[in-house]
Amino acid sequence: MESLIAPPTHSTDARLGRRSVLAAAASLGLSFALPPLPARAADRRGEEREKSLLVLWMQGGMSQLESFDPHPGSPIGGPTKAIATSLKGTQFADLFERTAEHAHKLNLIRSMTSAEGDHERATYFLKTGYRPDPTVRHPAAGAVAASAKPAEGLAIPAHVALNPGQWPPRGGYLGPGLDAFQVHNPGGPPANLRDVAQPGRRARRLAGLDVLSQSFSAGRPGQLRRTRHAEATDEAVTMMDSPQVKAFEIEDEPDVLKAAYGDTRFGRGCLVARRLIETGVRAVEVTLNGFDTHADNFGGMATQAETLDPALAALLGDLADRDLLESTVVLVMTEFGRTPRINPLDGRDHWPKGFSCMVGGGGLASGRVIGGTDPLGEKEPTDPVSVQDLYATVYSALGIEPDYEEMTPIGRPLKRVEGTPLASLFA
Amino acid sequence: MSFFRPSRRWFGLVAVGVVSAVTFASARLDRSPGTPRVRHPVDAAAIDAFFETRWEEEDVTPAPEADDLIVLRRLSLALHGTIPSLEEIRAFEADAGPDRLDRWTDRMLSERRFADYWAERLARALVGVHEGNLILFRRDRFKAWLANRLHQDAPWDETVRRMIGGDGMWTAKPEVNFVTAEIENDVLDREALAGRTVRAFLGQRIDCAQCHDHPFAEWSQDDFEGLAAFYGRTQYGLTGVRDHVKKDGEPLEFTVQDRETLEDRVVMPAVPFAPDRLPETFAADSERRRAALAEWVTHADNRRFGRATANRVWGLLFGRAWSEPVDDLPDPEPLAPGEDGDLLDRLSATFTGPGEYRLKHLIRVITRSRAFRLSSAAPEANEDEYEAMARANALFPLTRLRPEQMIGAMTQAGSVRTLDADSPLFVRAIRFTRSVDFVRDYGDPGEEELTREPGTVPQALLRMNGNLPRELSKAQPFGAPSRLTWFAGPPPRQVEAAFLCVLSRRPAPAETAALVRYYEPTPGEAGYPIEDVYWTLFNAPEFSWNH
Repeated sequence: MESLIAPPTHSTDARLGRRSVLAAAASLGLSFALPPLPARAADRRGEEREKSLLVLWMQGGMSQLESFDPHPGSPIGGPTKAIATSLKGTQFADLFERTAEHAHKLNLIRSMTSAEGDHERATYFLKTGYRPDPTVRHPAAGAVAASAKPAEGLAIPAHVALNPGQWPPRGGYLGPGLDAFQVHNPGGPPANLRDVAQPGRRARRLAGLDVLSQSFSAGRPGQLRRTRHAEATDEAVTMMDSPQVKAFEIEDEPDVLKAAYGDTRFGRGCLVARRLIETGVRAVEVTLNGFDTHADNFGGMATQAETLDPALAALLGDLADRDLLESTVVLVMTEFGRTPRINPLDGRDHWPKGFSCMVGGGGLASGRVIGGTDPLGEKEPTDPVSVQDLYATVYSALGIEPDYEEMTPIGRPLKRVEGTPLASLFA
Repeated sequence: MSFFRPSRRWFGLVAVGVVSAVTFASARLDRSPGTPRVRHPVDAAAIDAFFETRWEEEDVTPAPEADDLIVLRRLSLALHGTIPSLEEIRAFEADAGPDRLDRWTDRMLSERRFADYWAERLARALVGVHEGNLILFRRDRFKAWLANRLHQDAPWDETVRRMIGGDGMWTAKPEVNFVTAEIENDVLDREALAGRTVRAFLGQRIDCAQCHDHPFAEWSQDDFEGLAAFYGRTQYGLTGVRDHVKKDGEPLEFTVQDRETLEDRVVMPAVPFAPDRLPETFAADSERRRAALAEWVTHADNRRFGRATANRVWGLLFGRAWSEPVDDLPDPEPLAPGEDGDLLDRLSATFTGPGEYRLKHLIRVITRSRAFRLSSAAPEANEDEYEAMARANALFPLTRLRPEQMIGAMTQAGSVRTLDADSPLFVRAIRFTRSVDFVRDYGDPGEEELTREPGTVPQALLRMNGNLPRELSKAQPFGAPSRLTWFAGPPPRQVEAAFLCVLSRRPAPAETAALVRYYEPTPGEAGYPIEDVYWTLFNAPEFSWNH
């Protein structure tokens, strides 16, 4: 054993040695020193507040007919019943009693149309506003928001995905630094945040790490930045020391509020989302999985609604109570809807040609209903809204120019989105 | 619960005693690998010529050759999913013979670790990442079967034919799990199976033709449905996977629902090109449709098959497919007789022909090529020049370690001896139970495992504060850190041994100087210098990247 570990001496590689000494001498500006932490800007409201984007993502393709666009008594309606909502003349499926009371806070689009019927492709389209293209990876809307409006003084990530599914929102050509920070079990502290080392010990370790980072940089110019190793390490250290990480934890929230959101991963995620946005996080996505109801659509949707209805209602109430709705664009969306036709397994299949989405807050109008679907499931929806127009609307509400052209790594300028804002939501 | 603690501690001490005894007992046996021999002549000249032309055309000078130890690390990461142990490094350095890297590649390929690791990597593309329901789909059985085929270097075309065309139970005939992997909600998704067949074996995506014609390649919705119809008569039941001509007395036809009329229509099997490559005996109403498809996919004239395999193997070796995404290859360019073609054509030429598709041979060719052995550093280049070299493949690409490579590397770095199937159960248990959380936090790209991804904050947090690195760098009685403290000698020698254990290289003087500082006592703080050395090396960029 001893000889294995400490064999007879051999000389150190002289070439490598010289290079490293030179590298160490020429400081590359890689410092893991902590920046000062600004006080959180959580107290601003209304116009004072930078706007944030909150996406509630219904993964799998949520049935419009069992949520925001029921057609009871029609050949396509199935057993689903409808109830009145706080939007005059507009009904929801009866699975959404609590959300129905808050419907007027947002707008309802019942005529979303897309051309993608595959989960992965449709998710890409509905999260980025662009259909998949093998030559370029587009950023998700949250990444666009975080990049266009940098969050000053934020020590935690500006783009966060809570309970993310298979395709979390990515930074795309804006860079992986804008990939959403993923939290898999929202409500508690994020994993691996606790540093066991004493401050002095940590400083020594980081000083050593600086030297190692510099030797990696020698001969690989720019790669430390491209690999984001140093930046990620730096951001991690900043985050570990920041009181802002408390935004990820809900233990201090009143029990009654926690109960209102629901003791589910998604419910806790929605509550954390509110806390993050209050802290200044620019974009948050909360995922509820399980909408791919090819079989037993009605039972499946009832189960999903048990989670979604209380969480969404509590969130809309909470945002309004805290005067955060004016500065938060809320988007309740899914990759596609479900077929009007009910299949032999009592399920509904993928349907990108007329599905529902709720959008509002952030200074947009409220209480509007756009488009309608055919109760026989045969005709195209009226007033169809494209994914591009939806995102042009969202970006405009966030104060981000939709037409702005970003130069992509393939040397092709691309607009943030190729759409026109929906005029009726700005009136 | 307090009374429970002492007993746990006692149990822990007993465990330490047992494991130490086992370790030291095994240390007496000569398990040192010795010097391997060359078995097959391997010619990488056609590959080297391809790159030399490319460098000339792009007007770049390739990076210098990488240090042998760094190439050894690459090989170990690519073939075993881990880094070389200190034990292996010592044996490698003691081998002064020529071509030692070639011979060590052969040795690594002959180890069971290679077959097990590659079976997992390939299974992701073949049957996905889900473990399955255990009733109709057994991923574990499939993986074990695939590992055996890889270990024997069984012809790859034959392996593929068995997956596509095999009959029988998913337990006794594990290859049929390729088919049953696509059973969802008690329905065999034949479209998904056709999509997977084309992605995995032809390196192309026709899945999107399920709804619309492919945006840029030549696939139409008809092509897709015609391929799916080859699986149209495939049924599963008490006798396993079989093709049946009739069901309940009625002819069994493959039907799809028309998107416009919403009516079912019958689709007959048809291949999108080269129908002459179907077996002569094949007729559209044939009983053995899958076997015919298997023949067509693996036909010696089907360049897509060889090219797709070469692209995937290249990807597993470099951490990045030659053509990305790995399963979205453009249609092959026409080849004139005698023409070498592009890199994928040249690579497939090295291992193709009926019964000649030998993956190990392909791996030998690639790992022996100049491209695999270039340094990832270009000492004189500025950033633009470096990027130009990277684009021209004039240096070894930097790729992030995959989560299980990261776990493998950390666990191996925590031990002086080589960890393999013979390692004490204790060590393997750590590796197994810790893996799950680690993989989740680190981020597993799942089936899309060859996408290029830079470092993230969660990964940094995991390396800095995670349980696995913390436990492995602790000075426990039988881990490498404490052994280095006991046996390696004064601090500079401890630092050097730790570098070899973790980064597979020796430190430069500046690095030694920086880390030896950890050994200076600090008033008021208990010092754990070796743990700090390990922490630093685990967090160093070069540990997280294949370079």
